[in-house]
Amino acid sequence: MGNIKIGFPRALFYYAYYPFWYAFFSELGFEVVASSPTTKYSLDLGVQETVNDACLPIKLYHGHVAELKDKVDIIFMPRMVRVRKMETEVFCPKFLGLPDMIRNSIEGLPRIIDERVDLSKGLFPVWKLCQSVAKQLDKSGVIVWRSYKKARRCQNEFHRYLVRGIPVEEAINAVVTGQSCQKKEEYETDIDLAILGYPYLIYDSFVNVGLFDKLGEMGIKPWTVEMVPPERLEKQGKYLSKSLFWHFSNRTIRSTLYYLHEKKVDGIIHVTAFGCGPDAMVDKLMELETKNTGKLPFMTLSLDELTGEAGILTRIEAFVDMLRLRRKKNENSISHHG
Amino acid sequence: MKIAFPIMGNSYIAFKQLIKEMGHEPVVEPMISAKTMSLGVAYSPEFACIPFKILLGSYLEAIEKGAEVIITSGGHGPCRAGYYGILHQKIIQDLGYDTKVVVFDSFTRNIGDYIRKLNWLLTQGKTSWWKFYKGLQKVWLKIKVLDELEILSHNIRPYEINKGETTKVYKKCLELVDETKNKSQILEAKDACIKMLKNISQDRSRKPLKIGVVGEIYVLIEPFANLDIQATLGEMGVYTERSMYLAHWLRENSNKSHHEKDVIEAAQPYLREKIGGHGINSIGETIMYAKRGFDGIIQMAPFSCIPEIVAKGILPRISQDNGIPVMTVFLDEQTGKAGLETRLEAFADLLKQRRDGRLLKAY
Repeated sequence: MGNIKIGFPRALFYYAYYPFWYAFFSELGFEVVASSPTTKYSLDLGVQETVNDACLPIKLYHGHVAELKDKVDIIFMPRMVRVRKMETEVFCPKFLGLPDMIRNSIEGLPRIIDERVDLSKGLFPVWKLCQSVAKQLDKSGVIVWRSYKKARRCQNEFHRYLVRGIPVEEAINAVVTGQSCQKKEEYETDIDLAILGYPYLIYDSFVNVGLFDKLGEMGIKPWTVEMVPPERLEKQGKYLSKSLFWHFSNRTIRSTLYYLHEKKVDGIIHVTAFGCGPDAMVDKLMELETKNTGKLPFMTLSLDELTGEAGILTRIEAFVDMLRLRRKKNENSISHHG
Repeated sequence: MKIAFPIMGNSYIAFKQLIKEMGHEPVVEPMISAKTMSLGVAYSPEFACIPFKILLGSYLEAIEKGAEVIITSGGHGPCRAGYYGILHQKIIQDLGYDTKVVVFDSFTRNIGDYIRKLNWLLTQGKTSWWKFYKGLQKVWLKIKVLDELEILSHNIRPYEINKGETTKVYKKCLELVDETKNKSQILEAKDACIKMLKNISQDRSRKPLKIGVVGEIYVLIEPFANLDIQATLGEMGVYTERSMYLAHWLRENSNKSHHEKDVIEAAQPYLREKIGGHGINSIGETIMYAKRGFDGIIQMAPFSCIPEIVAKGILPRISQDNGIPVMTVFLDEQTGKAGLETRLEAFADLLKQRRDGRLLKAY
């Protein structure tokens, strides 16, 4: 049994839930294989397989599935519906229809487990979800409980790393290998920038052309959605007359509000994917909120399959230059940090 | 108060009356035009869908005409349309207007909020609930009549002998219905209109191609958004049926109709989750049209519409399995009528050849 391989595409919710599923499946006795980090190859595969109007992250997911399909026995592709006790907060419709899109566009797939993840109702929804997944893998009994406990522990550890500002890939690595996370040597920074957006864009360093390293070199300390303490994030809902409908979007807009109201930063950059449906709304909301509340500089970075390193770099440099100028101007009157 | 509302197809005729019944003054003019579109595009997020842009443009035009309140429907996602009202309000505010957007969310989910807003509107208009209830019945009748007339016009158009006549008569019909004020007048106008439409000289010996039109509700219903696709096809001699009419949608929203259940069931083998908007309907309706022997399907959606993109990703498989050609048209502010017409002609030609080939084989 030990050699059954379960594949996990390194895209979309990988960046939010991989440690959980990794721990769960390996404790159950399976080998968990994540697809390799995004490359030009996986991107090309994805562009080939996906309906052309889809956004970049969905194309990447297709690419990662295509890359995995011959290497594993089962692909785990949960249908992410709801993860919070809120009826109206679901995932983007493309997540909801993802397993169906994959099935109908990629040929020669191995077995797929597309368990529906809806944690909005009932008691112990995560435990029930785990039982159901285990059942499809012919596992039952006390081992499932043990795996579930381990999975939860790993996921919590993962979140603790994230709040401390450890990049997702490093945090995942630390949890998966069981080693403690070494904090990388820090760059000397003089500017705090909130870099907000969905984890699958922010942390895929191929797609964002190595954004974080570049920021560090420029002397910028990045603040992300994941670094907002969860309980503070929740509190920001009060500023919105109506919550958005999408899980990751709510996190993004709430962290925007957090960085506007509580943890002051020098500017906000919204990283978004070309053609992202929810972000058309989120971006405008962020822009208006930033303008009305904080009067902070705001910039949108839109990424697509043709994004070049030089273009992104130039835009960020210009933005940062503007921030430094602004600070110089203010220094004479009042200190920026009040 | 001067009240504006979303303009969608011919429903403005009914909603105009609804506002009047509440004791307010409706702002409908000007109708959606190229100017509306460019206004909307200028102030909307780039990747917002076309209904968002058209509506924002028409609200801004209505505000210029003095609209003090805008009434619109809300929603609970995951389609973006449920958030339109909030974002429209923020953009309008940001532009420096104090016009208020009143959003009516689903009646069943937030009944208190619904009644509070309605009560406010009625008090402002000095109208009693009873009078409003009476008015609502008339409006509902009008919506149904308007839909019925539109369906009839689409059924007759492919058979008309003088190209363009149906459209002319149908316009007259709309004017007639627009003038009616009470139940008996509405019914009278309905009979007169049906008679007028049926009197159009037709060649019933034609065997038109049958195309089912599926997709997102706004672009299906608003001819400005879909570049009048059904009339265009009708004048090319193609019989069309469309999956979505306003009366039909309103009924579905209040309680699940029998048809809706069938559609969702038909979609099951391909899509097992409701993905918001009318994504699952596009899948289910396509299968049902195929089973009814239609020659082809056209899926219409706004560019960047999330549920319809998912549907588009699945449709090729359905097309294969059911042997029915499917064409997807994504509409945005750049879509031109001539380009769309060329695509439609090519699609119709293809369907015709296919049908002729099948008929030959049958002999």
